Amino acid sequence: MQEKASVTSIVIAGIGGQGVITISDILAEAVFSSGFDVKKSEIHGMSQRGGSVTSDIRFGEKVYSPSVPVGGADFLLVVSPDQLSRNQRLLKPDGLALSADRIDSAQLPNARSINLAVLGMLAPHLPAIAATTWEQAIRSVMPEKLHQTALPAFELGRACQ
Amino acid sequence: MGHRQNTQRLLLSGNQAVALAAKHAGVALGVGYPGTPSTEILENFSAYGGRAEWAPNEKVALEVGIGAAYGRARVLVTMKHVGVNVAADPLFTAAYTGVDGGLVLISADDPGMASSQNEQDNRHYAKAAGLPMLEPADSAEAYRFALLGFEISERWRIPVMLRMTTRICHSQTVVECEEPKMPPALEPGYEREIKRRVMIPAYARPAHRELRRKLAEIAAFNETSVFPQVDQGSRGLGIVTSGVTYQYVREAIPEATVLKLGMSHPLPMRKIREFAADCERCLVIEEGDHYLTDEIRAAGVKVESKPETYRFGELDVARVRRILNNDQSPEPPPPPGRPPQLCQGCPHRVAFEILRDMKCIVTGDIGCYTLGVLPPFEAMDTCLCMGGSIGVGLGLRQVLPETQARKVVSVIGDSTFVHSGITGLVEMAYNRPRTGHTVLILDNDTTAMTGLQEHPGTGRLLDYSPASRLDYEALGRAVGMDKVALFDPHRDQDKLREALREALQGNQLNLFIVRQPCVLAGRKAKKMNER
Ligand SMILES: Cc1ncc(C[n+]2csc(CCOP(=O)(O)OP(=O)(O)O)c2C)c(N)n1
Ligand code: SF4
Repeated sequence: MQEKASVTSIVIAGIGGQGVITISDILAEAVFSSGFDVKKSEIHGMSQRGGSVTSDIRFGEKVYSPSVPVGGADFLLVVSPDQLSRNQRLLKPDGLALSADRIDSAQLPNARSINLAVLGMLAPHLPAIAATTWEQAIRSVMPEKLHQTALPAFELGRACQ
Repeated sequence: MGHRQNTQRLLLSGNQAVALAAKHAGVALGVGYPGTPSTEILENFSAYGGRAEWAPNEKVALEVGIGAAYGRARVLVTMKHVGVNVAADPLFTAAYTGVDGGLVLISADDPGMASSQNEQDNRHYAKAAGLPMLEPADSAEAYRFALLGFEISERWRIPVMLRMTTRICHSQTVVECEEPKMPPALEPGYEREIKRRVMIPAYARPAHRELRRKLAEIAAFNETSVFPQVDQGSRGLGIVTSGVTYQYVREAIPEATVLKLGMSHPLPMRKIREFAADCERCLVIEEGDHYLTDEIRAAGVKVESKPETYRFGELDVARVRRILNNDQSPEPPPPPGRPPQLCQGCPHRVAFEILRDMKCIVTGDIGCYTLGVLPPFEAMDTCLCMGGSIGVGLGLRQVLPETQARKVVSVIGDSTFVHSGITGLVEMAYNRPRTGHTVLILDNDTTAMTGLQEHPGTGRLLDYSPASRLDYEALGRAVGMDKVALFDPHRDQDKLREALREALQGNQLNLFIVRQPCVLAGRKAKKMNER
């Protein structure tokens, strides 16, 4: 999955206001600065009012469609566990779902940073992205005052297997 | 134009790419009205240091743009697809008058209706108005085509439409750009050319002929331009496509030979004819209506088309495969998502609780408050188009039996009221219903639905600097309302309930302003003030 020739497809699902777009921005930035072609696509509009939100990220040497077709996702990240069942169909038969309910929320620096922890769970599966690249991406996307909660939340997710 | 040669590699949304192109092209003015998925274009243009303005509605935006382009400035005008309906009147005649500075009009279409009231396909507008239309397939093309749009507009002195779709506007893709080597924008100034710009019939008749002459030239230009792109594959299967559909086609059918059009009006028909003749099977795959198919077939070229069911909604890789195989079996519906809701503490909630309890017939409008149609309120009976609440309410008042007529209330948001509610209020005073009528302006001090934009009623400009503020109370009195009253939905709930009860019994014309800022607007204010 890490060969540049093939395309890796990731879907992030959650509820408006949970920071789905924030972590998809971080992921896109991390793969972009690692030199991949990348496309990121999401449907938003009414998302601030608690509706379902998904964001698609695809990267590789050359990416065509910006959206992940049904049955085409290698990874499904679920920030709100109740969004797992509705998005399950997006996964490939051998695709992997990574859900927030595997995170020990008591250990989070702040309940709102659950999105970063879910992103952290993906990191070990993408060895093409260096640890420093992840950190730079988090620092460049998030406002400075959130770095001190975002980085430990990401590490918590990364360590969670 | 700068002379920097090194290219920059950027990850941009289609909207950011257009904004950056406008900045690099030296656009003197960006003007538009918010609407998903177009809104972020002007916001980004402003952030890049461009001069950007929100107009009260799309018609005014386009008129301002045309005026600036008559004055030789380069102008970017932005709106969503339905906004072009509002701006259609100036658009069709601007095709006759032409422009002097480059004018690019963004039409951001929303196939699948992620956040719109319809999924109209604005390629028909290019044909109907007689304007060139460009359709980018990703952010890199959005950047390039916006620049080319200005060049075409200036070369033929004609407005150019750039049609984006939600997937293009909101997808981030890689853009490699260098500051363009475009001819510099003209120095603004006015030159009198009455026959070109005053469309009395005597001058408009030759202007129409001139427009058709320009279009014939642009069609010939398109044949050999950079727009039609052929990706060679097997000769057995040829696909004609445009816009984001190109991406789905390349992924779903990698073996095909593909003709991607880029300029969808006027079409390079000679090129299309040669392409179709060259392959054994030629299939048109397009999102939305059968626009390309109909045009190509009308020119006598035999092509296959998609089944009717793929007119509806967005395409994707899976649907393109189905089209290829002429598969018309039912598609599995996407599982229902969690529906959006009014935020906790949203000031709109109170009004809908009252309207629900009083069993009103509510002619509604478009905005966050349209969610008043969903449980727990279900207090909206109609929602047609922006500003429609007032006219539709008045129509019902005019014809319904009295007991029903007395229940009709029009509900409209502040941005929507400014956009196109004011003329409805004038109608209300002029053709006064026998039972009177009541309009509620739900004034949350922002355009919340599209992401908190300013408008003439907020007293702030696009960049949050102070501006003149439209006074709804004074306006209501000036147009002839019998009663104008202001309510705070949290403090004055009982007063509002009582006033509404009285209003529905009497024969007065009432304008009630329900004022309390959107809860998210406070966060924006904090952010803007911290800058
Ligand atoms: C012709 C047209 N232009 C733009 C839009 C996009 N749009 C939908 S609602 C809306 C305005 C909402 O603002 P407001 O009326 O203040 O209500 P709020 O969302 O703040 O409650 C806009 C611009 C549209 N649907 N139609
Ligand atoms: S964004 Fe503002 S107006 Fe819209 S639902 Fe939330 S509080 Fe209400």
